[in-house]
Amino acid sequence: MIPNCGARCQGGLSSASATLARLKARVLIRPKEGILDPQGKAVERALPALGFEGVSDVRVGRLVELHADDPERLAELCEKLLANPLVEDYEIEILDGAAS
Amino acid sequence: MTRFGVLQFPGSCDERDAVAACARIGEARLVWHEETDLSGLDVVVVPGGFSYGDYLRAGAIARFAPAMAAVAEFAQAGGPVLGICNGFQVLCEAGLLPGALLPNEGLRFVCRQVELVVESASGSFAAGLQPGERLSVPVKHSCGRYFATPELLATLAERGQIALRYAAGQNPNGSTADIAAVTNEAGNVLGLMPHPEHAVDALTGSADGLRLFAAAGASRERLAA
Repeated sequence: MIPNCGARCQGGLSSASATLARLKARVLIRPKEGILDPQGKAVERALPALGFEGVSDVRVGRLVELHADDPERLAELCEKLLANPLVEDYEIEILDGAAS
Repeated sequence: MTRFGVLQFPGSCDERDAVAACARIGEARLVWHEETDLSGLDVVVVPGGFSYGDYLRAGAIARFAPAMAAVAEFAQAGGPVLGICNGFQVLCEAGLLPGALLPNEGLRFVCRQVELVVESASGSFAAGLQPGERLSVPVKHSCGRYFATPELLATLAERGQIALRYAAGQNPNGSTADIAAVTNEAGNVLGLMPHPEHAVDALTGSADGLRLFAAAGASRERLAA
């Protein structure tokens, strides 16, 4: 933590703002409601054998972490590549602070 | 003579069988994924395999290959495009075909001979086929469950875009309405999960698959005439 802070404080104004603009984001992608998710079903079926009773509606999705210079374009990026909007929903979570 | 081009992505694995199948009908060559000039080709085949490792989703990354922009132009101009297995997934991801392909209902990789029933015989790959006719062609995939919303399904049926269905009781993957193959609205782009390029000689069980390649050749000759 301390060395990071030191490096940031030493940077000039332009490099500091460039660093700040680069955001870390998390994109959660999951099968749309109503679409059969065989992976989730397989996980659900395995649980009772391990002694985990009472777990239902298991859905398996994907988590993509990335650093983006232009967070404005993240939705487009999700529509075009990270998710297939026909069968998947996605959620973009911008994480606090600049990406290091 | 019909000139076929078969795309080759890093991770394709059925492109050589596809070339061999095409060569029984006309001339065939491989088209590397970085090529953008499809001039001189009459038919384009997007073959099976695991393009770019199928990372993220099957076909999701291949659709951005330089060759795919050329394939989209070729299709737009009415050129016949056949997508097989991974090729079907790529064409759906690229928006050249409607719907999506999801992991098999049973989660298992399926590899078996299936019977297909011709539903619509109006597209570029159906010349000589009759509705109701049956074809014996193998499937081999783990992500072949064709998905269409009820609205899309109704549209496909109405426009005659459902080319092939799995015969009753033979749906290997849980596809919506037993759909094995769909075309675009114009009928010149066809995608299917079964592998017609592996069914080109009675010696290996069936030569029914060859008829799709022959139909593409015939439709090209009709255009030229």
